[in-house]
Amino acid sequence: MMGSKGNVGQDQSTLFRGDDTELRLKDERSVRGTPAKAMPAFILGEELADLADSDPRIVVATADLANSSRTRDFANRHPERFIDFGIAERNMITAAAGMASCGLIPYVATFASFCAILGAEAIRTDCAYPRMKVRVVGHHSGISMGFYGTSHHSTEDLGMMRTIADLTVVCAADANQLRAILRASVEHPGAMYIRLGRGRDAPVYDDVPSDFAFGKAIRLREGTDLTIITTGSQVHASLAAADRLAEEGISVRVVDMHTIKPLDAEAVRSAARETGAILTVEEHNIIGGLGSAVAEVLVEEARIPFRRHGIMDEYSLIGPPAALYAHYRLDAEGVAAVARELLEGKA
Amino acid sequence: MSDWEDRRNLSVEYLADRAKFVRLETLRLTRIAGAGHYSSTFSCAELLSALYYGHLRIDPQNPTWPDRDRFILSKGHAAIGLYPILADLGFFPPTELDNFTRLGSAFGDHPDMKKITGIDFSSGSLGHGLSVAVGMALAGRITRRDYRTYCMLGDGELNEGQIWEAAMAAGQFKLQGLVAIVDRNQLSIDGPTEKVMSVEPIHERFAAFGWDVRRIDGHDLPTILQTLDDLKPAGRGKPQMIVADTIKGRGVKYMELSLDWHVGNLVGQDYDDAWAEIEAGLQPRNKENA
Repeated sequence: MMGSKGNVGQDQSTLFRGDDTELRLKDERSVRGTPAKAMPAFILGEELADLADSDPRIVVATADLANSSRTRDFANRHPERFIDFGIAERNMITAAAGMASCGLIPYVATFASFCAILGAEAIRTDCAYPRMKVRVVGHHSGISMGFYGTSHHSTEDLGMMRTIADLTVVCAADANQLRAILRASVEHPGAMYIRLGRGRDAPVYDDVPSDFAFGKAIRLREGTDLTIITTGSQVHASLAAADRLAEEGISVRVVDMHTIKPLDAEAVRSAARETGAILTVEEHNIIGGLGSAVAEVLVEEARIPFRRHGIMDEYSLIGPPAALYAHYRLDAEGVAAVARELLEGKA
Repeated sequence: MSDWEDRRNLSVEYLADRAKFVRLETLRLTRIAGAGHYSSTFSCAELLSALYYGHLRIDPQNPTWPDRDRFILSKGHAAIGLYPILADLGFFPPTELDNFTRLGSAFGDHPDMKKITGIDFSSGSLGHGLSVAVGMALAGRITRRDYRTYCMLGDGELNEGQIWEAAMAAGQFKLQGLVAIVDRNQLSIDGPTEKVMSVEPIHERFAAFGWDVRRIDGHDLPTILQTLDDLKPAGRGKPQMIVADTIKGRGVKYMELSLDWHVGNLVGQDYDDAWAEIEAGLQPRNKENA
């Protein structure tokens, strides 16, 4: 297992370039040579470098994953403000808090499992509690690392982060929304956890949303029979599921609940009132994450058909990401099937 | 007294008096709280006195001065000894301490930077402070300021893995402006550190991580002051460590190297006796106690 954390960056940028399971079946060298033009680029480092051009407070750090996170793009443009802490995530997060106390705004990025789960105490005690402007960026969240397995998955991070007071918790659905989140994050007070997928997620937003606001959910699609409230990596699949259901005459509202904390409770209430059924979809354990947050709002409203969809309190099977999404019904067809089941019980 | 350069000229006698003040205030505040960390505070009384009255570049009239030296009390349980110093220097009125640990007080067992003027970073969970200091020292480099960052560590705290992550980073990044001070008072809660979880040889361990380490008597004020004076300025070079050999509970005989007084509360005659013993000043330790 020597160097297992440190070596995945190289592989990741190729093996996870596409969602296609077939990529794995090809010769590794030919995979590496496959152009990734069809897939959006991981813009984290580039966008932060753009922001840092005009803001000297922005610094970026990683824990030996400069390639995976594309923070290398930041390092190339602002080397004096880039710090690689090696494979020492807690030290990175706590040191970021120290930097923030001196007026800097650190963005620290590593796999979600190693910042949010391993680093949870540092996030809570050193970032959120003293309200330091540290932005912890957890990329490759959920089960998106596929066959790397449970050690590299994070299906608990939203639940853990959500219980931390004074911590903003937000998920990016795609590159354009990530740009909006990063731009809005600079002046936002306090500490923040930003959850990303693989960074090459299929586009949801055609442009960078100009009206992005933390805590303000986005209604992406109108509907009357059901609302799917989703976040991050599952927004795309949920929209596709809504398309399929529309063909069957089922009218589905889709809400991008990008901010898990503070939750847009009014968006939940209006969905309950106006569509009469809610399905939450997230790449996360159904315990503690978006589904739980929505349930906490709903339990104080009139009872409606409600279901949480995600990882059913288990550790993911081994498999390539696309196969896992299908297995856990987190792809368009799976989400649509769960929605049908929920609606069968609706009066 | 508000100017740090004036404070540097204070006499050793005055600094010894302030160390005594730290111990007496620890007695007084512990009685208000009903429990407190006597012995961990007594071990670093001279170190805190020398740093705050005789060394650190700080200005109580300008507590957020960007060029000030930073101090992190990573062994946050000794905050009861730091609060009186901050009050005495004028960071806040001393009367604020009369409500120590009462409901709504800013002053708890561990220091909160958001509630207490003069605290550079909150602490309490052992093992974090050196990482905070690494971040502050890096920030000094990035913002081109020449302050130094001081971090006081407990010896038992060196058991924490994150300390060694931070030690590695400080050496890697050549943070000469980072000064760690280990209050080597020999005991953690469950016993002598060398029996519970050995931290020695501290000197060799940190030297191997790229640190410049020196070891001194942590109760000897002239030595402490000289060692602080000899520190190199912020810049690119080895991070600096002072291993200060101290006695846990120093100043009250029956507390010295006793496991019973990590947390305690003195009342009645015991309180008066301890007060009188501290008032009399540090006495040389007998060989058999050493």
